[in-house]
Amino acid sequence: MSTIFGIPPQALFGQLLLGLINGSFYALLSLGLAVIFGMLNVINFAHGALYMLGAFVAWLLLTMAGVGYWWALLLAPLVVGAFGVILEKTLLSRLYKLDHLYGLLLTFGLALIVEGIFRHFYGVSGQPYPIPDLLRGGQNLGFMFLPNYRGWVVVASLIVCLATWYAIERTKLGAYLRAATENPVLVQAFGINVPVMITATYGFGVALAGLAGVLAAPIYQVSPLMGSNLIIVVFAVVVIGGMGSILGAVLTGYGLGLLEGLTKVFYPEASNIVVFVIMAVVLLIKPAGLFGRER
Amino acid sequence: MPDAQPIQSTPTRTAMLEISDLQAFYGESHVLHGVNIDVRQGEVVTLLGRNGAGKTTTMRSIMGIVGRRTGSIRFQGQELIGMAQHRIPRLGIGYVPEERGIFASLSVDENLMLPPVVKDGGMTVQQIYELFPNLQGRGSTQGTRLSGGEQQMLAIARILRTGADLILLDEPTEGLAPVIIEQIGVAVRKLKQRGFTILLVEQNFRFAATIADRHYVMEEGHVVDMIPNDQLAANMEKLHEYLGV
Repeated sequence: MSTIFGIPPQALFGQLLLGLINGSFYALLSLGLAVIFGMLNVINFAHGALYMLGAFVAWLLLTMAGVGYWWALLLAPLVVGAFGVILEKTLLSRLYKLDHLYGLLLTFGLALIVEGIFRHFYGVSGQPYPIPDLLRGGQNLGFMFLPNYRGWVVVASLIVCLATWYAIERTKLGAYLRAATENPVLVQAFGINVPVMITATYGFGVALAGLAGVLAAPIYQVSPLMGSNLIIVVFAVVVIGGMGSILGAVLTGYGLGLLEGLTKVFYPEASNIVVFVIMAVVLLIKPAGLFGRER
Repeated sequence: MPDAQPIQSTPTRTAMLEISDLQAFYGESHVLHGVNIDVRQGEVVTLLGRNGAGKTTTMRSIMGIVGRRTGSIRFQGQELIGMAQHRIPRLGIGYVPEERGIFASLSVDENLMLPPVVKDGGMTVQQIYELFPNLQGRGSTQGTRLSGGEQQMLAIARILRTGADLILLDEPTEGLAPVIIEQIGVAVRKLKQRGFTILLVEQNFRFAATIADRHYVMEEGHVVDMIPNDQLAANMEKLHEYLGV
């Protein structure tokens, strides 16, 4: 039986696939964080909790109302986005004139509250969410077995990331967003309602987290802690990619997911810290991040 | 005759912009102390004065982007103080800020097309290229990679598309070479011929004298004098004193 660097190919590709799945979630979440940071200058610590909220909305829709996966894929991001709009309107918008740290503290507190509420009602053991019928089973690719659902997650997250990148970098609305990120006062002086744009951006960014939550529900269990387990790594991804860089967030998300997978194959002991080691190195060499611009 | 004047009994030179007793504040500091200015339709009016006299703050007060302001700013009869910021430009006021405000993350084309059209009758992109030939063919260039003069032209150009009929031009010649200043001057005169009303902040009164109808002189947050352009020569001594040149 052939091996690659002494590793059976099944193990290598299996870990790479796992890395790609994790990378898909890193990319979706750090993309939302990057969009929000660019426009609001807020480090949205509630992102993990809103990702968890997305998964719970999907689970509640299924168990309470019998609404299945595909509708949840649409409805949960809308619910999370609407919740984000309310948070921005009632709380976050009061903090823009203060230091960034206040936004971070507020969202950190919100994350704890949201998580606490779900822990209170559902415990921490986790609820199973079934894979939708359409995506059961898998493909034998010859060198490895690819579960259909995992393939779908990779494709769906790629499409969403590319669509978001396109919308921001290539459309008129995206031009408003980029311009307002640079100089909101001037964009307002051209007659554009920047506060509404800010609210919409936050809503969109957290809707991405909600979407990631629905995608994650059948893979990981739906649990109140699923967000806080993931979000620390995602923050490291954002720091490595560069705060506020859209492309940086996406590429770094996938790249670090894959790298984590590779580390699991070649030096499993380091797989949990490899992202943080890279973060430390990047911060030392290029503090603005790989794709970030110095401010 | 396409250029016929409207046959109405109202005076043709009504005040388009009337600023009276304008006070403006940045946080605790009181910057404008009762500014009175009026600009009539089709006029080019300059604000002259030393650094810190309040010229830029007057512009920013019109756009609603200072901390707090009191008094009255009326544009075509509508009061701007208290109006939502993003509605002010929609009345037909175009703002060309001092620092030019070209967006680095946008291409030249995106910069040009960014301000929304607020009224009919704006210039077409083709007409804008005729006015500023330097901008033609540079569409995909990053906005801030243009030279300073070209950035200034772009900052003016993007307002001309919007149909705004009052243009606030804040120091369009600052830091530019004489040849470029000449080009900007030609363009501003053409804009005046097209019927644009222009409020211009300038330190360079030689430039201002070639295009303006009237000059307001500002000192320490209020207007201290108004000099019609045809009496500029007679008031040279006074002006030198005001401006310290």
